[in-house]
Amino acid sequence: MNSQTNRLNGGLVDQGQSLSFTFDGKRYQGHPGDTLASALLANGVRLMGRSFKYHRPRGVLTSGSEEPNALVELRSGGRQEPNTRATVAELYDGLQANSQNRWPSLKRDVLSVNDLFSNFLTAGFYYKTFMWPKAFWEKLYEPIIRNAAGLGRVSGEDDPDAYDKGFLHCDLLVIGAGPAGLMAALTAGRAGARVILADEDFVLGGRLNAESFELGGMAGSDWAAQAVAELSAMDNVRLLPRTTVIGAFDHGIYGAVERVADHLPTPAEGQPRQIMWRIYSKRALLCAGAMERPIAFANNDRPGIMMAGAVRAYANRWAVTPHQQVAVFTNNDDGHRTAADLIAKGVQVSAVIDTRADAPAVEGAELFAGAQVIGSKGRLGLETVTIRTAQGFTRDIICGGLAVSGGWNPNVHLTCHQRGRPQWDENLAAFVPGETLPVGMSVAGAAAGAMSTHGAVQTGAEGAIAALGDLGITAKAGDLPQAEDAPVNLQPFWHVSEGKGRAWLDQQNDVTVKDVKLAHQENYVSVEHLKRYTTLGMATDQGKTSNMGGLAVMAEMTGKSIPETGTTIFRPPYTPVPMGTLAGRAVGRHFHPVRQTPSHKWATEHGAVFTEVGDWLRAQWFPQPGETHWRQSVDREVLQTRASVGVCDVTTLGKIDVQGADAAAFLNKIYANGFAKLAVGKVRYGLMLREDGIAYDDGTAARLAEDHFVVTTTTANAVLVYRQMEFARQCLWPDLDVQLISTTEAWAQYAVAGPNSRALLEKIVDDVDLSSEAFPFMACAEITVCGGCRARLFRISFSGELAYEIAVPTRYGDALMRRLMEAGEEFDVVPYGTEALGVMRIEKGHAAGNEMNGTTTALNLGMGRMVSKKKDCVGNTLSERDGLNMADALRLVGFKPVDANETVAAGGHLMNADGPVDAAHDQGYVTSAAYSPVLQSSIGIGYLKNGAERMGEVLRLANPLEGSEVKVEVVSAHFVDPEGGRQRA
Amino acid sequence: MHKLKPITPLGGTEPKVDSFPGLTITENPTRALASLSARLGHESDCATKARDLIGVDLPGPGQTAAGQTYSAIWIGPDSWMIDADHASHEILAAELKAAVGDTASVVEQTDGWCRFDVSGPAVCDLFERLCNVDIRAMQAGTATRCSIHHIGCYLWCHEAGTAFSVLGLRSSAGSLHHGLVEIAQAVCTA
Repeated sequence: MNSQTNRLNGGLVDQGQSLSFTFDGKRYQGHPGDTLASALLANGVRLMGRSFKYHRPRGVLTSGSEEPNALVELRSGGRQEPNTRATVAELYDGLQANSQNRWPSLKRDVLSVNDLFSNFLTAGFYYKTFMWPKAFWEKLYEPIIRNAAGLGRVSGEDDPDAYDKGFLHCDLLVIGAGPAGLMAALTAGRAGARVILADEDFVLGGRLNAESFELGGMAGSDWAAQAVAELSAMDNVRLLPRTTVIGAFDHGIYGAVERVADHLPTPAEGQPRQIMWRIYSKRALLCAGAMERPIAFANNDRPGIMMAGAVRAYANRWAVTPHQQVAVFTNNDDGHRTAADLIAKGVQVSAVIDTRADAPAVEGAELFAGAQVIGSKGRLGLETVTIRTAQGFTRDIICGGLAVSGGWNPNVHLTCHQRGRPQWDENLAAFVPGETLPVGMSVAGAAAGAMSTHGAVQTGAEGAIAALGDLGITAKAGDLPQAEDAPVNLQPFWHVSEGKGRAWLDQQNDVTVKDVKLAHQENYVSVEHLKRYTTLGMATDQGKTSNMGGLAVMAEMTGKSIPETGTTIFRPPYTPVPMGTLAGRAVGRHFHPVRQTPSHKWATEHGAVFTEVGDWLRAQWFPQPGETHWRQSVDREVLQTRASVGVCDVTTLGKIDVQGADAAAFLNKIYANGFAKLAVGKVRYGLMLREDGIAYDDGTAARLAEDHFVVTTTTANAVLVYRQMEFARQCLWPDLDVQLISTTEAWAQYAVAGPNSRALLEKIVDDVDLSSEAFPFMACAEITVCGGCRARLFRISFSGELAYEIAVPTRYGDALMRRLMEAGEEFDVVPYGTEALGVMRIEKGHAAGNEMNGTTTALNLGMGRMVSKKKDCVGNTLSERDGLNMADALRLVGFKPVDANETVAAGGHLMNADGPVDAAHDQGYVTSAAYSPVLQSSIGIGYLKNGAERMGEVLRLANPLEGSEVKVEVVSAHFVDPEGGRQRA
Repeated sequence: MHKLKPITPLGGTEPKVDSFPGLTITENPTRALASLSARLGHESDCATKARDLIGVDLPGPGQTAAGQTYSAIWIGPDSWMIDADHASHEILAAELKAAVGDTASVVEQTDGWCRFDVSGPAVCDLFERLCNVDIRAMQAGTATRCSIHHIGCYLWCHEAGTAFSVLGLRSSAGSLHHGLVEIAQAVCTA
């Protein structure tokens, strides 16, 4: 009944409860507390994947996040997640996993034929083989390679889950909750400091849960559980299990990914799957532990060959053995712990093969001191290893599991995220944190090279005390729990030279010892070149188990030491982060916030089609029944406005309130044209330049009082102009008495345009004389409307018609829109959108963003004279540069097609009537174009060399993108009412 | 009384209230706002006249001050946002201007902002997923500028750990509300 043939007794899994899961469609049982890897091993499944390049059968190598081999596709549909490490996938009931990179099945994979051609597929193979013909790369070679190699696949469906971002603050961030981290958190927590303790595992305790030795007179896992219970009860401590600190960033900021719901079939209602935390720490203590490294030998990648510490963890924590017969291959004392723990758990240990001649004795297993493993056998899983004894004999050892230990590397990754370099420790034969650490970071425990449990708890406590001491928080060193303090006893040994078959360094990328030697032979000796040339240390595991081996082989080849050979740069993230977690909630229509105009609700009710203008949603046009094409709606809106009256929401234009005794002097410096003499109650058009003399933005400034102006900007530049004005106020002229604040949002503003606009407004305003005599073109006033609502009225016109802009506090904007439409019924009032607005301004020749495109000047715009030479202003001097004032400078003019049926296309370039069509003969370009329902013709405005002098000339408008060429006539840009009589009516 | 009927920033005739276990989010359109910025060289006169009106000293950086009728939030050097009940002080800007005269510039800001009052024991859980403010350390009577859901906001602490107001762009009220509610759903579990 029980299929868990390799399940042992004990462990931290709940063997009283069963969970059902599938792997490649086959159903298995596991227990709460299992990972997918431990549950598969328990069920006798060693084969878990196929390798990246050669499709070699692979099993699990480790028991942690460094796993290179056991990558699976988890879940299905929108939640399908490729390249998930089986070692960190928590088992839940109904878990569904599939192996990847194989066809048709894991056991019979057709592409394992690649392995037969391995001699051709060595490092640099792509670069050497697929160089020519060049055209073949994209169409032929790349698709074939991508299909043959690679890892998991995405489903292509939308991810249904949400991902959060968040921000945490603490005095001390403790990274890693092993003995060092727990001790540090206890020390800091008891001192009252704000502590965050993060660990990637779902059970806190680190190696305490994986080892059999005691801490504080109790099982390590019990001590860990007790520490966690104490920490949980502290309000000042926040525990973050299932949280990987992925990067150390500037100023003590750390990125951390919390897997909130990865251990559940689906997240609970409303819950995110993961949270990306940004942790602002005053101090950080890295207690990330250490990672065991393999020893490379021939065919060392067979399923069943694992890290010794992982085998021990599976046995002690998960009560699992990879096989009933396990051998150990080690160069240090730690490997012997695995043998002892397995024997204690009743697993047969076939042999302990120790490379050291003086290896310590082993009880309960045969010891081969001074021996090496020179090969392995077994189809789809380990069956025997072949060893060379110290005496020179070979011998086959029967074993289904081999626990390998080449020593331990402190996890220095986060210490290097700010370009720090680790330093070499001869005693450990490993890199330890260097002297230059990220600001505020210190390191404790195995990550700092303190490899015993005693060393971990001691340095953890000391690290916390020192870090808090920097902050003026006094923490007490309590009694340390009693712990083992075994010295590191290791003889460096990286790879076995003897043996038939490839010795694998990087199992994720299929990089062998021979590949590194080839890279050396071809002079890719720099470690960064070695990485790129061989792919050693790339992909999801970033070489956590392989880099050291590669460096060691390269050092051997070059005759340099390992520290001289150096390491590649460590970069965030420490482990892979889903794209969704990086995106957070900013997806789909919530990618950016939306700004709605005050008439949005009304416009929605009236079927408006909206367009995005920055974050704003503006009504583009208002289709009426029977209108099937947007042009019908827009033409109607234009004609009706020009014939009677139209209303457009213009709230989006920036409004900046400018006050102070020097407000006028300030605007005089900001605008190219003069503002000092603008009368109170008047509005003036203004043009702003950039420092380099190029036109920046235009708008109006209304003078409401001697010391009070309201400046308007274009919608797109509202923030930029406000920022520029703030910069000028604070930095350029701090001696001027000027105060600025944005009021864009505070007022709902509508353009009321057309010959009947006055008549319409007269029905709205409270006792205001709107006659031209009392309220002429460019007048402004603070008034009331609709029986006492405070309002601002401006007589300005973008359409060229008699027009006003009326503003009320935004909360009344919706009501005012309704009131305007109601009052305008007798005039056949029409709401118009941005498209009609654009058509009317082109008909009028008014410049907008297309014309002020960052390359054009006041002179180009035909406003050269507005740049007053009687005063200084931003950009005044540089606008006089020779290059901006050539005799044939571009001038804004209008264009009409010679044949009225043809279309003027914006973006087209102007060429003389005869001659070549090329950049050298370019005469200018069309910036804006529209169909004018008034002129019943396509029209455009744009820039033409010496344009003001070329009226009536016929040019060719070339549109090479669409292959068209249209004859156009140069006309005034003011198509409608060039004298401006209407707006002054 | 004029005939224009106001709507709330979320477009309703009544303020929207969203309740979750441990959290309530209430749209609050009942406050009037006006900015107060001292004129150059008149800073102390401005402070004196403002105190005469408000009844308390204008607050320093990061702080707010509450009088009987008016409250003030520091928003920049010699600049404050003054807050009062809208129903009785709709023309707050005019009142304020009358009080400070030429010592300061005053600008009506009432409808530049939407305000959500957020209260309940889960309020810190909410804001720590919305902005980088050290929300758990924020004391009553403090306020800060921050970005929530990509929207520039003021965060105003009324009661440490339980009651805050967030003021954001009125035009983005819908997006801000969406941001608050979706995170409330995530942090408030029954």
